[in-house]
Amino acid sequence: MKNKKKTQASTSGVTLMPSMDQINDNCCGQGADLPSPQEKPGYKLCNYVDKFITTEVGPVPRIKTKLDIRDRISTALVRCGINRYRYTIAPGLYGVGDPDKTSEVLVTANFKLTFDHLRRELATLNAWILVLDTKGVNVWCAASKGTFSSRELTNHILKADLDKIVDHKRVIVPQLGATGICAKAVKKESGFRVVYGPIRAADIIKFLENKRKADSSMRAVTFTFLERIILTPVELQIVLKPALITAIVLFILSGMGPGFFSFSGAWNRGAIAFITLAIGMVSGAVITPALLPYIPGRQFALKGFITGSLAALIMAGLIPAATASPSTGLALFLFCVTISSFLAMNFTGTTPFTSPSGVEKEMKRYIPIQLTTLVLSTGLWIYSAF
Amino acid sequence: MKEFRHLEDVATLVLDETKCIGCSLCTEVCPHQVLEMHQKKAKIIDFNACMECGACVNNCPSSALTVNPGVG
Repeated sequence: MKNKKKTQASTSGVTLMPSMDQINDNCCGQGADLPSPQEKPGYKLCNYVDKFITTEVGPVPRIKTKLDIRDRISTALVRCGINRYRYTIAPGLYGVGDPDKTSEVLVTANFKLTFDHLRRELATLNAWILVLDTKGVNVWCAASKGTFSSRELTNHILKADLDKIVDHKRVIVPQLGATGICAKAVKKESGFRVVYGPIRAADIIKFLENKRKADSSMRAVTFTFLERIILTPVELQIVLKPALITAIVLFILSGMGPGFFSFSGAWNRGAIAFITLAIGMVSGAVITPALLPYIPGRQFALKGFITGSLAALIMAGLIPAATASPSTGLALFLFCVTISSFLAMNFTGTTPFTSPSGVEKEMKRYIPIQLTTLVLSTGLWIYSAF
Repeated sequence: MKEFRHLEDVATLVLDETKCIGCSLCTEVCPHQVLEMHQKKAKIIDFNACMECGACVNNCPSSALTVNPGVG
């Protein structure tokens, strides 16, 4: 019947060739199997959404719990500081698995890295995910910046009609979000009770199985070798611009000498100064964070002085030109140590255990020392050319 | 986290035990286990681990906790 109708559809009474009935299968393929109800002109489905869940208040995107190659590539780039401030997903309500009115609501931030961390842990869970607009910043930082806040949470609970999505009146907020959330205020404004979940997404399933109780290990922040080392590319990336300016200044300073300015001096001595800068940067922004608990001292600037000194001594052993004269050697040593100390101190802002009061005290103590070593180093460097 | 320690005696965390109503929310939200419940009252047991994140202060229903870091 279907075939007959098709042949009759030919124009001007000309019967189509029987072989043309198979045209779709053989020549032009089957056509794309699109998730048609979700297709809208001008819209494209995000790669982390697989379908839409029908609810009383409209369709809710269901997210995948497996990361694909695009997620992994963009994660690697963000870890290197590329596209870091524009790595966002649309805030609002999402679902995972097959959620219903009894499913839990997990609150998170709209930084895609955070979102990916969460969803890949939820393969066996049916839940709702409420994503707050934190301008692409992770939960803890957004909580202290004030974007992951009671008001933002309340607004999203109301906007998503959460009371029509679930029967219970509770949301699970990651523990580190507590810096920005006041449970009492959220309850008052939205009617929803805030339950503080574990710090790490990896503990969520265990937390829920444990009747929404976190044990002490779920409540404690860690700072393992891997957790530290993964932060170091961004530590380097954020100082790239000032480092470039420093390098230009180094080449100019290195050209100063008996004949007022010499290009060969700028090039030869500048190269050594530049290598020293690079070694100081790696020492302060990579080695110190990586070996943090093993380096003596509590103050980061002091730790940076220690690693910087060792790095400078190794460099002196490997590059004979770095110790061409006592003043050259001392200038480069002090320079390496200063850069390393300053960048190590900079790392206090990245760690999960330093207090603003402690960092302020350390900076007041060490910035004058770092300035002194920098001035001494510069003076010795110019002097050593004569 | 006991192996990571920054400067001692710098944190500005203050607990007014007379105001504490014993809800224990502060012990839940603190990422460094600075507080613990003792006879239905919160108690600071590891002052030097405090990083002044403000999670306890924000969630204390009776304003028994304060933290006041400078401009940092």
